[in-house]
Amino acid sequence: MELNILTICYLIGSITFIAGLKMLSHPESARKGNLVAAAGMFVAIIGTIFLYEEEGVKLGNYIWIFVALSIGTLLGTMAAKKVKMTAMPEMVSLFNGMGGACAALISIVEFNHLMHRGAEGQSADGGTLLIIFAGLIIGTISFAGSMVAWGKLNGSIKDFSFKGQHIVNLLIFGVIITLSAYLIISGDPAASSLFYVIFVLSIVYGLFFVLPIGGADMPVVISLLNSFTGVAAAFGGFLYDNPVMLTGGILVGSAGTILTILMCKAMNRPLSNVLIGSFGGGVSGG
Amino acid sequence: METAFDWITLHQDMIYIVVLSVFLGIEVIGRVPSVLHTPLMSGANAIHGVVIIGAIIVMGKADSGNYTALILGFLAVILGTLNVVGGFVVTDRMLEMFKKKK
Repeated sequence: MELNILTICYLIGSITFIAGLKMLSHPESARKGNLVAAAGMFVAIIGTIFLYEEEGVKLGNYIWIFVALSIGTLLGTMAAKKVKMTAMPEMVSLFNGMGGACAALISIVEFNHLMHRGAEGQSADGGTLLIIFAGLIIGTISFAGSMVAWGKLNGSIKDFSFKGQHIVNLLIFGVIITLSAYLIISGDPAASSLFYVIFVLSIVYGLFFVLPIGGADMPVVISLLNSFTGVAAAFGGFLYDNPVMLTGGILVGSAGTILTILMCKAMNRPLSNVLIGSFGGGVSGG
Repeated sequence: METAFDWITLHQDMIYIVVLSVFLGIEVIGRVPSVLHTPLMSGANAIHGVVIIGAIIVMGKADSGNYTALILGFLAVILGTLNVVGGFVVTDRMLEMFKKKK
């Protein structure tokens, strides 16, 4: 019975996300759309806290969950209320980074959990590992990139690029993929420290990805990173067989990508130009 | 190879959700006026805060003796809440400003 109610909570969540996003794209209904999505999120969160169970076991650590929720709510509301109107995009970038970091942390805990079980003789299956790695890599890149974007918008980080940076970027990305593939295929608990190498490399990749892009193009980059975090959230949905995380994440992933392209179009520039245009000279018109 | 196919069969309804949601996301945004680009980005930012559900599950499943999981889970819930609450409040403020302009 309780699980049925949870299913309905998740259904409500998914529907409000879709409806909210739809309403957000029309000027008259935009504000209401935001509230609708927020209400759906609230239902899904409360449902998870009280009704979620795995193999018949309910969640524990209620006190800590509520302490963390209160701290987050307090800080989030204060930060969002105090921010100046002109500084809104950098605030969005900061919050986006928090979401990416959240996805990465989930992957780290679940990986430890799997490796712990692996040491007891249960082998981890490749599909789960793939999901954990994807969540870690995308979430971390989004986190590191958003922090740079945030720094650039408030003026504390300057543009930075060196010759051949996109080759270095590609190399780093290649190493990340190779290491992940090795770990997923071998499933070797002895090599689990490589997981943290991948984590660090993803941070570096995220930094190098955003650092050379000009400050004026940051909104486009934030929108792109926003869709990255959406995809990272969706991998979490796969991990827990959780439909609301899946729909919410993928919806933001695809809508965010389209929005990124639309924003580029509004500036009369293709996305590729924004992302790599600043390499080698940086005389792009902007 | 067989395990990959097994995996797809096992998770087929999730894969359907993914495919349909991708198209839905594209359609829903459709022809958004450029004034709404930033608020929409911000609203989408708040929605991907659903990761917080994963963080709550991690936190709730952690054994009381497993401090790494407890600390990381605790952090994850805080960060996720920041994303959700901050995201929705910022979006609301942006749209409020938008309304005044009109």
